[in-house]
Amino acid sequence: MQLILESLFNGVAIGSVLLVAALGLAIVFGLMGVINLAHGELMMLGAYSTYITQLIFKQVSFLKPFYDSYVIVAIGIAFLVSGTVGILLERTVIRRLYGSPLETLLATWGVSLILQQFVRSVPLAYASGLVIALFFGLFTPLFISDDLLHGAKGKLIRACTWGFSALLGVATGGVLSSLVSKLSRASARNVDVTAPSWMRGGIDFVGITFPKTRLLIILITLISVLVVIFFLDKTAWGMRIRAVTQNRPMSDCLGISTETVDIITFGIGSGLAGVAGVAVSLLGSVGPNVGGNYIVGCFMVVVLGGVGNLLGTILASFSIGIMTDLIGAGRLLTIWPDMPSPLYSTIDFFATTSMARVMIFALIVIFLQFKPTGMFPQKGRMVES
Amino acid sequence: MSIFSTKKSWINLTIWVLLIALIIAAPSVLPVFRLNLLGRYLSLAIVALGVDLIWGFTGMLSLGQGIFFALGGYCAAMFLQLNSAGEFPNGIPEFFGLYGVEKLPFFWEPFKSSIFTLISIWLIPAIIAGLLGYLVFRNRIKGVYFSILTQAALLVFFNFFNGQQKLINGTNGLKTDVTQLFGQMVGSEIMQRWFFWISAVLVILAWFFARWIVRDRFGNILIGIRDDEARVRFTGYNPVIFKTIIFSIAGGLAGISGALYTVQSGIVSPQFMTVPFSIEMVVWVAVGGRGTLLGAILGAVLINYAKSLVSEALPASWMFIQGGLFILVVTALPEGVLGWIRKDGPKKLLFLLGINKKLETYPSLEVNEQGEVK
Repeated sequence: MQLILESLFNGVAIGSVLLVAALGLAIVFGLMGVINLAHGELMMLGAYSTYITQLIFKQVSFLKPFYDSYVIVAIGIAFLVSGTVGILLERTVIRRLYGSPLETLLATWGVSLILQQFVRSVPLAYASGLVIALFFGLFTPLFISDDLLHGAKGKLIRACTWGFSALLGVATGGVLSSLVSKLSRASARNVDVTAPSWMRGGIDFVGITFPKTRLLIILITLISVLVVIFFLDKTAWGMRIRAVTQNRPMSDCLGISTETVDIITFGIGSGLAGVAGVAVSLLGSVGPNVGGNYIVGCFMVVVLGGVGNLLGTILASFSIGIMTDLIGAGRLLTIWPDMPSPLYSTIDFFATTSMARVMIFALIVIFLQFKPTGMFPQKGRMVES
Repeated sequence: MSIFSTKKSWINLTIWVLLIALIIAAPSVLPVFRLNLLGRYLSLAIVALGVDLIWGFTGMLSLGQGIFFALGGYCAAMFLQLNSAGEFPNGIPEFFGLYGVEKLPFFWEPFKSSIFTLISIWLIPAIIAGLLGYLVFRNRIKGVYFSILTQAALLVFFNFFNGQQKLINGTNGLKTDVTQLFGQMVGSEIMQRWFFWISAVLVILAWFFARWIVRDRFGNILIGIRDDEARVRFTGYNPVIFKTIIFSIAGGLAGISGALYTVQSGIVSPQFMTVPFSIEMVVWVAVGGRGTLLGAILGAVLINYAKSLVSEALPASWMFIQGGLFILVVTALPEGVLGWIRKDGPKKLLFLLGINKKLETYPSLEVNEQGEVK
């Protein structure tokens, strides 16, 4: 009983990282039919944001008393950072390739290469300055009235906002690099995020120790999923997103600005990648390649869960997580020691984390033979579906 | 009408003459190190031809060609290892001793035969590709789904080969440069020159083979599948069979390419199955010009050559250049370089720069003496 409970917990913990990472990917895929290969790199940006936030809280004197709460702040910052970069990506690259998903796949791979090399060869302080410049450059126009923006001096005002944002970015970069020496030089080495004291250790319950970081990650995932469900189901923009997901041309005809919907959805999807990055940074060291370890798991979740259905994504992540733990950690053998010996030796052969992936992939391919469009396929009469 | 009367054929002829001149001149001009690099790139051109067949002509973007590439490489390396294992304890390759393996694993046995190896280099990848392809195509999984499934398959094979020390030396891979073939070291200069020639000849043969596939009705169906698969199905063809066949052919080509690359680079390892390498293969084709077989060869050779030059001079910048190349080629140059040249790209560029006169929008119609259109 205890074993099963422990296994279940581990599986849910693995699954919840997958879920928060795959959530953004799945929403974007459902809406635009686009798989973003740079999703892993957006996670990486989220993880680096956590690291930077932590360093700032450590170094800046008036923030020091609040050091313990840096993780909470980091979640918000990571969401904004990855969301901003995601929106920039949508505006500059993906929008041009609408309707050709395979080309988008290649272009986003190019973006992921650039982002990886970017964090290696640009000092983190100036990288964050650039993100801040982009953030204000992209979002300030939203707060300026339309009359001004489209008036006679519209172009000048836009140029001014970008100039102001650029200045702000340069200033942030300079201040950060002088305040925190670790951020002032470029380095390709992995960095570590240290959890604040209240997150170390574990909670004992019915004889099992639950590590607090894992619990926090499950909590973050839970909140993210609830917020996303609330947003999609209860708000006006959520309804528009669902409408465009179901039928894009018809929504367009009914006056929904599909372009704005694309931006919002891509921004939220990328922001969720940033939140996933915070979770990832708590689990291990952070490096330019950190996203690549998770991205294929996310793809499997999307393939298994089907398009445009949150329940499918949730179920798929948890089943993959639990399977990984059952097979990979050899727990199935401990739970059921006297299974028939051919089965035992087969499962024993797959009882490492990497071999478990082999097994899970085989199982997913078998599953797709029966349900080619995932657990919850979208209903439709299209010949293509 | 002679075959060289069209403009397209003239461009092709020019490129072929240059390519063959390069291949013939290279061994006497280049030092062995560079010659070996060129030989490797020529062997990579074979896998690029396969990618072009499935992506450029059939519209399926596989991100997992590294699987078949590496399998071909492993087949060649296993034969070479066994061929020179006589002096080691138990008569099996040296690395087995490190893990206390005394008996040769069963699947190594047939690789003692050179004929079996020569066949398996292309047949095993082709069979695995066919099987994987059939299971996927049967369920009408296509587009992005197909791409990410192939990528996942790639990662799975990587994990498998990486983890199995006792079977195939895991992450260390199999070395071939110190093995013997025909009484010569595989890594020796004379052998490397031979491998260069073999690669050059095989690239040309592979081009003829691919051309033979795409020029007739079979090729038309492939293009039909790319442009509108549902319509092909409604016309009474079963796309699954054609897709499986072409995917398995591409797998076989990748296997040949991997074997040639392995003997020239001196090692095969799970690194051949990493995700970036397989996606790179796609960008060679994209830059060269998808749907143009010659473009695939050109793209593979030129980009790899550029990569080695840039990485030697400025190691950090190659990632930026490559990333930019990916974005540029899909947004600005979807036809690739060769497609761009064939579609009057240079003329349009000259016009944009204001050097050339404006192109005529409509060709003038031929009229007879009465001013009527013929």
